[in-house]
Amino acid sequence: MKNLSRRGEPYIWITGGALAVSLVMTLGLILLILVNGMGVFWPSEMVKVTLKDGAVALGMVRNEETIPTPGEADAPVKHRIQLQVGNRDLYGQDFRWIDEDAIQGREIPTEAILLERREWGHFCGFLKELRVDGTAIASGPEAVWREMVPKLALAQRLWNQLRAIEKDDMGDISRRQESLRLKVRRRQIDGQPADDLEAKIAALREEFNLKSEEIKKLRAEMERSRVILTTVDGKEKDLLLAEVVRALRPNTMGFFGKSGIYAGRVWEFLWDEPRESNTEGGVFPAIFGTVMMVFIMTLAVVPLGVLAALYLREYARQGPLVRAVRIAVNNLAGVPSIVFGVFGLGFFIYFVGGSIDRIFFPEALPSPTYGTGGILWASLTMALLTVPVVIVATEEGLAAVPRDYRNGSLALGANKFETTWRIVLPNAMPGILTGVILAMARAAGEVAPLMITGVIKLAPTLPVDGLFPFVHFERKFMHLGFHIYDVGFQSPNVEAARPMVYTTTFLLLVIVVGLNLVAITARNRLRAKLRSSTF
Amino acid sequence: MENRAATAGRKTPDEARPLVTGSGAPAEASGLPEVVDVPSPLIKLRNLVFHYGAVEALKDISLDIPRCQVTAFIGPSGCGKSTLLRCLNRMNDLIEGIRIQGSIHIGDLDIYAPGVDPTALRKRVGMVFQRSNPFPKSIFENVAYGPRIHGNRNRTDLVGIVEKSLTRAGLWEEVKDRLTHSALELSGGQQQRLCIARALAVDPEVLLMDEPCSALDPVSTARIEELLFELKKQYAIVIVTHNMQQAGRVSDYTAFLLEGRLVEYSPTERMFTKPALKKTEDYITGRFG
Repeated sequence: MKNLSRRGEPYIWITGGALAVSLVMTLGLILLILVNGMGVFWPSEMVKVTLKDGAVALGMVRNEETIPTPGEADAPVKHRIQLQVGNRDLYGQDFRWIDEDAIQGREIPTEAILLERREWGHFCGFLKELRVDGTAIASGPEAVWREMVPKLALAQRLWNQLRAIEKDDMGDISRRQESLRLKVRRRQIDGQPADDLEAKIAALREEFNLKSEEIKKLRAEMERSRVILTTVDGKEKDLLLAEVVRALRPNTMGFFGKSGIYAGRVWEFLWDEPRESNTEGGVFPAIFGTVMMVFIMTLAVVPLGVLAALYLREYARQGPLVRAVRIAVNNLAGVPSIVFGVFGLGFFIYFVGGSIDRIFFPEALPSPTYGTGGILWASLTMALLTVPVVIVATEEGLAAVPRDYRNGSLALGANKFETTWRIVLPNAMPGILTGVILAMARAAGEVAPLMITGVIKLAPTLPVDGLFPFVHFERKFMHLGFHIYDVGFQSPNVEAARPMVYTTTFLLLVIVVGLNLVAITARNRLRAKLRSSTF
Repeated sequence: MENRAATAGRKTPDEARPLVTGSGAPAEASGLPEVVDVPSPLIKLRNLVFHYGAVEALKDISLDIPRCQVTAFIGPSGCGKSTLLRCLNRMNDLIEGIRIQGSIHIGDLDIYAPGVDPTALRKRVGMVFQRSNPFPKSIFENVAYGPRIHGNRNRTDLVGIVEKSLTRAGLWEEVKDRLTHSALELSGGQQQRLCIARALAVDPEVLLMDEPCSALDPVSTARIEELLFELKKQYAIVIVTHNMQQAGRVSDYTAFLLEGRLVEYSPTERMFTKPALKKTEDYITGRFG
């Protein structure tokens, strides 16, 4: 035993074991997210289940588990399956548990159809009839499918037009109206007449009415094409074709067809807006909000942290006071993030934002402009949260710059500032970037402080758009971390939302890794440049 | 801040005293020639006393350093020769808790007088360090760094200065085709010559060298020694060295320091052939130190 410990092998096992445990846990977590998240978009086959009591169900098998039988140790193990039956509008819920014992038979009907709808989630059933202007132009599953595919594309184009008018044109008009209304208020406060502005508002109202007419026409056009569907248990459903996002018959599809659907769904997930209280559709606004928040945070935290670290390391006389400040900064990183959120709410939103509103936007009061949560305040709160990381990393970086470089520069007649700016800071860049990497990762993953400083469940607009001044720092935004929390724990339809939690988590991981890769690449380039040769 | 620290304990020299040898060892110095005449002195140190906190590192040193000659400071480790060298360009100011008394004049400038800008002084007094310390920038940027700091932004000027400085440092032929390469790609000896070129680029009057060859191989050392013969035509050079042979080869005047005192200061030839003091002889011949 003594001999063994002298050779040091137990220490190799202990250290290696510690590494292995951390690796296994991390990889396990990532694997869990991957397995659960990546399969979500794959179109699985639809199964028609006939029960012993004669009832039938159609849906996708989502889960399988053993039924716990308490008290009986050697009772036969029973299983049950979870079926995603869809048709929430008809059945009230999307999922159903069915005991294996109750199942008489299973089949895979080729004409079974899955419709992804804009409202009420999936529809699982069969096509019956396609109607245009009330008259049936096709009936029976095959005929309707053939006729429906081209009509569906048309209907979707109509729907997109409608959305564009509603969201872009009419949203634009109402925002212009709002800003004119505020100008009128301003004139009233200043005691000036505002008749010209009133005329403009009237013109806008006219424009708005025109757009409304346009929408009415489009709606009427959309109303023309309808599809009649039947469920497996004989209920009928009359659906507007424009309500359908995607139609597929998974039981007739080959690998490539399914891959196409998979790619389409991934694309939709990345670039579309959420539907169905965030459980369907895409997460683009959340991706955008996350990345933009991280960028604003970085822009704020880097100058602040680097300057503070420069003072601490280069200018301050090293003594008990500086040591105390350093300890305080390190401990700041341990303050619960929600406390930072509360501070941001009190300081940035109520105090700074409130003051900005009183000085610059009195016409909008009592509705706040900057005096409420927004992406700027959330980013600045996050910057405060991450500034200790940047300070510590920058200080390390500064301390690692060789004395020789400073002496070389000073001996040439450079003063302290020139030496710091031209020699010390560039050489400390890898350290600073390490701090930035850590800060970005922290900020991208943090949710609690954002919840009270500007993140919302569903933001109607992005913080950047085509409307002057293009970047709207006061707007509320969506964030992937909050999205995960919202979908996973606040959703009315938790079963349907759970896969989205994994997928969104995976996406957030990918974004954090992506942001970090950029910073790491920059750091490694710099390091290679600064590395001294061996001679 | 630097200025305050350095001049806090300064006292004005009473009167210019004659140049003495062995001022710190009067007993042994009795009967020996006390004054060493230096032709056209550029730097004059008078009664220099230097403290690191409570430690007296230099004790009442007076000495003249000539123009266009190489002056060597020799002595065992810790004798204060590097400290003395760093007093000449006020690099010691960067250390906290130092005190300086006495005076140093370079030309007409009392370099420790209040109001003297250490950065302006360091432009006149260049320095090369023991370990070569090129900045992790390109060769060109290394040499152009000093002129840029002092406000020269003209590209054509800078190109001229870089070429001239590298030529004087004997490096131009080796690097002229790769000025944009990193200075860290050069060999140790080349790096040290680059540091010399960098110091020359700000057009100093004095060049201080703190054991410039101690980290170099014999070939590189020889090149730098050759360089000193060229450079001393234009600059006053002060070199600190541990290597007796090197001091003998390259210097015109040698100062021997021991425990913070100037023991002997005389032309190198005389010091290495007929040292005035037994201590000096013992040190030079390697009997101690």
